[in-house]
Amino acid sequence: MYYFQIFAILGSITLFALVLDFIRRGLLKEKYSVLWLAAAIVITVLSLKKDLLDWIAWKLGIAYPPSLLFLVAFIFVLLITLHFSVVISILHEKNKVVSQELALLRLALKEAGIKMPGGKK
Amino acid sequence: MDDLKGKLLVIIPAFNEEATIGSVISSVKKEVPEANILVVNDGSRDRTASIAEDSGVTVLNHLYNMGIGATMQTGYKYARLMGYEVAVQVDGDGQHPADQIKYLIAPILNKKADLVVGSRFLGEGTYRPSLARSAGMAIFSKVVSTVIKEKVTDTTSGFRAAGRDCIAFFSSRYPDDYPEVEALVLLHKKGFSIMEVPVRMYERAGGRSSITPVKSVYYMVKVLLAIMVDLVKKVDG
Repeated sequence: MYYFQIFAILGSITLFALVLDFIRRGLLKEKYSVLWLAAAIVITVLSLKKDLLDWIAWKLGIAYPPSLLFLVAFIFVLLITLHFSVVISILHEKNKVVSQELALLRLALKEAGIKMPGGKK
Repeated sequence: MDDLKGKLLVIIPAFNEEATIGSVISSVKKEVPEANILVVNDGSRDRTASIAEDSGVTVLNHLYNMGIGATMQTGYKYARLMGYEVAVQVDGDGQHPADQIKYLIAPILNKKADLVVGSRFLGEGTYRPSLARSAGMAIFSKVVSTVIKEKVTDTTSGFRAAGRDCIAFFSSRYPDDYPEVEALVLLHKKGFSIMEVPVRMYERAGGRSSITPVKSVYYMVKVLLAIMVDLVKKVDG
């Protein structure tokens, strides 16, 4: 076993453990952890099975197989950030709807003569 | 136009417009007494909200600045909830003379169009934009006219009137950042009819355009991109 394998395996197992711990402590929702866990598993498998890594690298024409690990990690990072962009866009839209509804509700309360508890006016 | 009482809403989006909001409200009251007025205050940090409230019009306050698209949409949501037949948008900076509102609402009342856009470039007018801006406006006009197969000369005009169906559509779907141009494309996709009428506009009396020279290139690219995306996007609502 090469050093890079040990390094990659330790790294991805740490990532896996970290993500699981975040989920356990409620810092990370399950649905946002899937890509992270998948990245850790794929990198671990590729690092353990050096034959598989070499074979895929050879098929893709990558001369130096460990750089395939970087490629895989990079693809996962891209997927994760793209996923975040989608999630942020959805949040943005939902946040807007809530804020607009709040403005309408405040007006309705005011017109009904109800004071906002603790509000400015 | 007495039968318009309770059916016509004038929506005034306002963000830090304390210098002009008072005179805009009073001129709408004077020129279109049958209209109800709604000011949507988009998180202004100045006295915009209190000036509007003191003048006795309805005020909706955003908790924070959400941008012109969300602000107009809040207005349309209110218009829909309250069952208005016609909603007119008038800028809070004093660019849009209230005596022109009657020309905007006439085609809607006659069922000639779902959305009426007041154009600075039709008929007589003194509006002379800078070279860069008029080039940008010409490009938008060309692109939008081609896309919706109808001539629109003033695509960025925010002086508009919307009928009942259009109000319902806008309250469920309204573009975000620079909404005027995009809204036309969305309406066309949903099969609404759009019409332009000539109006007079003032140079803005206070405040600055939301579009600075630095932002204008970004604005152009973003809007053109948005139009392309709108053409392939699913439009519900």
